[in-house]
Amino acid sequence: MLRLDKVSAGYGRAQVLHDLSLEVTAGEIICLLGRNGAGKSTTMRAIMGHLPLMSGKIWLDDTELSALPPHNVPRAGVGYVPQGRRLFAELSVAQNLEIGLRARGNGPEVREDVLTLFPRLRERLGQKAQTLSGGEQQMLAMARALCLRPDVLLLDEPTEGLQPSMIAAIREVITGLRDTGVAVLLVEQRIDAVLDIANRVAFIENGKGGPIMSAEALRADRSAVERYVGV
Amino acid sequence: MRAYAIHAGLLAILLALHFTLPAYHHGNLARVMVLASYAMGYNLLFGYTGLLSLGHALFFAAGMYGMGLGIQHLGLSPAPALLLGLASGAVVSGLLAALALRTSGVAFMIVTLMFAQAGYLTVLYFGEVTRGDEGFVIQQAQRVLWGVDLSAEGNRYIAALLLFGTCLMVSLWLVRSAFGRVLVAIRENEDRVRMLGYDVFAHKLAAMMISGGMAALAGAAYGLLFGYVGATFASVQYSIFPLLWVLLGGAGTVLGPFIGTLFMFYLIDLGSDLTTAYMLIAGVALVLLTLFAPQGVMGEVRRRFWRELP
Repeated sequence: MLRLDKVSAGYGRAQVLHDLSLEVTAGEIICLLGRNGAGKSTTMRAIMGHLPLMSGKIWLDDTELSALPPHNVPRAGVGYVPQGRRLFAELSVAQNLEIGLRARGNGPEVREDVLTLFPRLRERLGQKAQTLSGGEQQMLAMARALCLRPDVLLLDEPTEGLQPSMIAAIREVITGLRDTGVAVLLVEQRIDAVLDIANRVAFIENGKGGPIMSAEALRADRSAVERYVGV
Repeated sequence: MRAYAIHAGLLAILLALHFTLPAYHHGNLARVMVLASYAMGYNLLFGYTGLLSLGHALFFAAGMYGMGLGIQHLGLSPAPALLLGLASGAVVSGLLAALALRTSGVAFMIVTLMFAQAGYLTVLYFGEVTRGDEGFVIQQAQRVLWGVDLSAEGNRYIAALLLFGTCLMVSLWLVRSAFGRVLVAIRENEDRVRMLGYDVFAHKLAAMMISGGMAALAGAAYGLLFGYVGATFASVQYSIFPLLWVLLGGAGTVLGPFIGTLFMFYLIDLGSDLTTAYMLIAGVALVLLTLFAPQGVMGEVRRRFWRELP
């Protein structure tokens, strides 16, 4: 289980997160929802160790992630797909995957599992990442993170700018991962994009945690969406 | 295997040229091969890892002076002197890396430049040992390696080819290895590499030490093969040269440094026959190449003809 315990963090002196607490358990998808600048991506960066915490702690089961150097956070079992994909454009699909595999010492069987999830990538193994379509790039970014075989997967707006068929394929993969016991923390701005796959929705406003509601409860009463996202 | 065969093909051509080139070009090509080995070391850091150093003359000179002072003052024979040169470069690059890698971008360039200048001034300051600006000559008798006289032109060419071939194959193997892929990934996006679980600092440190070691070996070989050790090789000019060679030939390509060094060497050589303002010719050629082949000669070859060129 991933646990954020009263986390405060920011950029330099500018504090963005204020005593944020959150739990993501194995086999569930939590969507972190909020307006632009609410602190969603900052939360992800804080979990990954890329922002020093001002206070609070972050745990993955019994491991205190906030005490680890940033490069050891993925090795502890946290995969991260940042906004904008950020692939290694000059490397091929196979080489991008290889870098993901090597980080945690995973071998060909993990590569096979990942390529089974994303069969389209198998056809493009020798192709440079920069030549892939937007949807394929997103698939590769996810595939590379999955090469770590993470216990927790952080996804920052994974469907942004994609065509509907790609969105459907990616949502299918995310729910499939959840069903295998992976904990998924998903950042989205558009509630409709995630409401039918998320188990729970956690709202965030000005870096402070808002209510955490089940997807069913939110579907029945959307007033929280109006308040925290403004739609 | 195709990549190895093509690079081995270049070595075969260079070996064939040993038997066919006139004396003048024979000597030039030996010099180019040693300098290209220096450029290959530079390319590992700049072309593949994305770190622009302006202080590589420090490593080149560390190798050259490590070897030269070992022969002059410690009475070493060429083989241990070469090793001393290599070790000097590796140690100096390791120490500089530990400090400079705490910075990035322009700050990294400035820090490396400042340390290289400090190295240059150190060579001048301790003139009693280093012979300062004047430098010192390594006598013919001190340049006999395992019974082979390295001052003889033929032997010198073969020794330069051996050094070049070793650096070429090591570079090729390195950039195609998993370690090399991580270096390219660091060049592309350092944060992303860290987020995938890699210790970026350790990888950059290793890259800088390998790069510095290769530069030092080239420096030591240059001093030994051409019999002279001088402060000019520690000056900022020798930090700029490998950058130009690599940019001309194609940063991030294994063959680029050789092509760039060869091109620049002959451009200056031919230009100086025409005019005393030969650097102007070199400058114009550089501008034209930058305009029409911004990725360098081999970079363009990769872009247009062979995308898998390492």
